[in-house]
Amino acid sequence: MAEIKFEEALKKLEKIVDDLEGGELTLDEALKKYQEGIELSRLCGQRLDNAKKKIDLLMKNKKGELELKPIDETKVEE
Amino acid sequence: MNEKLTERRIFTVSEITQDIKIILENSFAEVWVEGEVSNFSAQPSGHFYFSLKDQLSVLDAAMFSRANRDLKFKIENGLKIICFGKISNYGPRSKYNLIVEKIEPKGIGSLQLALEQLKQKLEKEGLFAPEHKRPIPYLPAKIAIVTSLQGAAIKDILKVVDRRFSEVEIIINSVQVQGEGAKDEIAWAIADLNSFNETLAPREHIDVMIVGRGGGSIEDLWAFNEEIVARAIYQSKIPVISAVGHERDWTIADLVADLRAPTPSVAAELVVPKKEDLKEKLEDLSLGIKRAVLEILKTSKVLLENTQKKISLLNPVTLIQQHKIRSDDLGKQIYMRTLHFVRLRETEFRATIEKLSSLSPLGILSRGYSITFKIPDGLIIKDSKMIKTGDRIKTKLHKGEIFSQVTEVKQNG
Repeated sequence: MAEIKFEEALKKLEKIVDDLEGGELTLDEALKKYQEGIELSRLCGQRLDNAKKKIDLLMKNKKGELELKPIDETKVEE
Repeated sequence: MNEKLTERRIFTVSEITQDIKIILENSFAEVWVEGEVSNFSAQPSGHFYFSLKDQLSVLDAAMFSRANRDLKFKIENGLKIICFGKISNYGPRSKYNLIVEKIEPKGIGSLQLALEQLKQKLEKEGLFAPEHKRPIPYLPAKIAIVTSLQGAAIKDILKVVDRRFSEVEIIINSVQVQGEGAKDEIAWAIADLNSFNETLAPREHIDVMIVGRGGGSIEDLWAFNEEIVARAIYQSKIPVISAVGHERDWTIADLVADLRAPTPSVAAELVVPKKEDLKEKLEDLSLGIKRAVLEILKTSKVLLENTQKKISLLNPVTLIQQHKIRSDDLGKQIYMRTLHFVRLRETEFRATIEKLSSLSPLGILSRGYSITFKIPDGLIIKDSKMIKTGDRIKTKLHKGEIFSQVTEVKQNG
């Protein structure tokens, strides 16, 4: 669950709401989905609060291969 | 030399500027100048500012609103025009420019013409076709940016990312965005990002690419009008958002891109949603979940209650009770109907009795009639032949009886 992309988590949540609103679920299934949904929305909320960005530079190394080099953001701001 | 030195005249900056102004403005008080328009801008005040240029030189020009009011055509960058006006010197800036009074068009400017031609060619090839445009992912986790690390665009984009939800990975491919070689660098950077993307696991793929730069003159933005850049964008497997210059600048890159953002900041805003919006969405979703589950619980409860009702109806005790109620009811009905019947009969009976009593001989006696019986057999005497002299008779009156002995019998009478 921890590695799920934010977008995927959000999509999953939307699906859960759709499923629940569809009214085709048994009570047990619905409660299971409910639990899953609440957990997902809690995770998403945490991710929102603790979001971190990462910036890399795409460069060619000596062999001419493309690779990512982490970049210090202050360099961009200069 | 010495004499000349003593004779030398030293101008102050203002004096020489004044002299230049007089010479310039007198010598070029009425001139016709031909050139191509660039950096055109129309001020809210109505004044036009632009440059006239040819291969080697640039001349700044201004056309005031009173002069341009009657202009029949639109002045656009790249347009070749012939201007009439005067040269004016602006001392505080050591500048001179052409104050334009009249403009005549002169065909289409070559740069613009070339651009139009390229546009038509690419359009025919389908590079701008809407069906080729890919959707931009809603919440990209990995965003590539092709721009100059030294430019304004990257700063603007990062600022937006910071302000907003920033759980993103950004890959910058820094390129020159103007000048010789810019077009090739931009095109290669787009291609490099695509080939780098191929080496990544599908889950790690770059979701979207922003290609652009900050504002500048039309010449500064020109790389984004180049064919090689257009083709690189078209061939990119990663969806491309173009973000070149300002709102008013439309380049060929904008036409080919999957989405055109008017500025780099807007491009960032398009792919990085606001934290508050996401929070609101999350809240909506979890509210939706809760509401839906409550609804399900409610429905289940109603279902349960209905079933309980049905079961209790099928309970044998209830059945017996029902039958009892029914039989009680039937009993009551029978009683009521019988009672009714009896009363009816009673009424009939009474009527008959009344009728009977009116017919009773006793009733007739009360009116004065009497009945005579023969003694001892008690036969009612209806004919005098039944009697002979000396017989004993009894006469019944309305009240009481009389016993008599017959003294005479007459046959007729």
